[in-house]
Amino acid sequence: MLFAAPYIIGVLAFLAYPMVSSFYFSFTKYEIPMAPRWVGLANYVKVFTADRFFLKSLGNSAYLTLIGIPIQLVFALFCAMLLNLKIKGQAIWRTIYVLPTLMPSVAMAILWNWILNPKLGIVNHLLDLIGIKGPLWFNSPQWSKPSMILMQTWAVGFTTVLYLAALQGVPQELYEAAEIDGANAVRRFFSITVPMISAVTLFQLVTGIIWSLQFFAQAYIIGGGGATPGKPQGSLLFYALYLYVQAFEYLRMGYASALAWVLFVIAAVVTLILLRTSDRWTYYDIR
Amino acid sequence: MTTVRRAKPLVTRQRTAVGRAREIGAKILSFSGVIVIGLLFLIPWAWLVSTSLKTPAQIMEIPPNLIPRPIMWMNYEYAVTSIRFVYYLQNTLLICAVVLIGRVFSCTVVAYSLSHVDWIGKKILFAIVLATMMLPGQVTMIPLFIIFTRLGWIDTFLPLMVPAFFGDAYFIFMMRQFFMGIPKDLIDAARLDGATHPGIYWRVVMPLSGPALATLIAYTFIWTFTDFQGPLIYLKNRELWTLSLGMQGYLKRYGATGTAMGAMMAGATMYTLPMIVIFFIAQKKLIQGMVTTGFK
Repeated sequence: MLFAAPYIIGVLAFLAYPMVSSFYFSFTKYEIPMAPRWVGLANYVKVFTADRFFLKSLGNSAYLTLIGIPIQLVFALFCAMLLNLKIKGQAIWRTIYVLPTLMPSVAMAILWNWILNPKLGIVNHLLDLIGIKGPLWFNSPQWSKPSMILMQTWAVGFTTVLYLAALQGVPQELYEAAEIDGANAVRRFFSITVPMISAVTLFQLVTGIIWSLQFFAQAYIIGGGGATPGKPQGSLLFYALYLYVQAFEYLRMGYASALAWVLFVIAAVVTLILLRTSDRWTYYDIR
Repeated sequence: MTTVRRAKPLVTRQRTAVGRAREIGAKILSFSGVIVIGLLFLIPWAWLVSTSLKTPAQIMEIPPNLIPRPIMWMNYEYAVTSIRFVYYLQNTLLICAVVLIGRVFSCTVVAYSLSHVDWIGKKILFAIVLATMMLPGQVTMIPLFIIFTRLGWIDTFLPLMVPAFFGDAYFIFMMRQFFMGIPKDLIDAARLDGATHPGIYWRVVMPLSGPALATLIAYTFIWTFTDFQGPLIYLKNRELWTLSLGMQGYLKRYGATGTAMGAMMAGATMYTLPMIVIFFIAQKKLIQGMVTTGFK
């Protein structure tokens, strides 16, 4: 129907054709401004055997995903539970928790780079007040990724709101019945709360993984591109940043396309696994 | 800390003195938990504004102080001139405006076709919409760049504006869900009155879509306003930079050293302000939108 025409054209022009193109490019040596030259599987071979930056960037992204996302989900849930208590002025607190998500990523990167400044930033100052010597945060290869995770955790407001809504949808009777049966608070949490909000968890997991594989803006601003991308020592070289460097700084379009398709396959596989196994641990309220 | 992690307050009222004391203790604990976490969340904001009002000398002070003395409002003036704030703001707003128009038009139209029209490809197209929501942008990023290069659109706003007129999976999905919820009787009544699809779209469905449209507009504006990677790739010419590039350019030039930080923070504050304003205006609708559509 004609109404769908804009999207159909859009999909064909901006999605299908580019996808086919990039698939084709991944088998070529395409360094602008020269024309693409077919090289078969050479790019892919190089990615998996000779490219240590590939492994490094994959590892970094994996770190961000496997460690960062669970931390953020748990923290978001914790905040949601705090908000769920019948506290006065709940709307104000909720606003406070959501506010960080409104900050543009560029601004957030700049701000947190400054907050975590080892000498002049407020975090190390506060740590100093309680007698802890603060680390070098973004300037240290060991602490740079945790710094990113810390920054991201500040912005879990959106997930918190989702969890809050889910928590409020859990029927009180379940808790009451469990309490009568003698279940303590911990038991109630793991046997009732967690399953009842698992739909949100699944959604946030999937979108979180897809998103973290594309994590770019803050990485570029704090870690930088250029000769030594993802400084310090490539610890902030996330996959999307590496891809960007290959494509737009070294202009190796063919190789970057191969990297893009590897990313696509990884994302697809992870998502599929997650969705397939989700039946076992998610619960959808069918009313 | 299990008392703080409790999802609901105690169900039964405590009768014993010990129980009552415990209950009050739990309440105090959880209330203080809310406050502590809330304060932790607020610290970065406080630091942002505080630094934006500090003199360079105060910024370099060790140990750092939260209250700026004296207050240097000039930082904001510096920010506006050094970052060319107003100029980049104009660029950014222009792009946002065009994208908004394109998105509202294309997404609603397509969503209408997926909700109120019966046609052959409907199910397939909807499946495609769902599938593309999960696509990592990197797969299309490079060929799109090449296409736009061949079209000569690099260093123009076009690559950022034109795709908005062709729909976006997320918003199409969101609007479609909303359209499905419009009462059938209204549609049937319009049909009985002889309305065609364009008529129904324009006179019945769209006017009722207030909340969903508000969400679409707010989110589109926020995402376009704060978009960084898009402008980074397509806008090489400094004259065309958006605010996000402008901020980053300033950081690159003056570095993350102390002295430039005052103006930098002032710029960041001004850059974030529109987002906060929009939030407070559209607050109810936004949170509703987040929750009902499970949105990113």
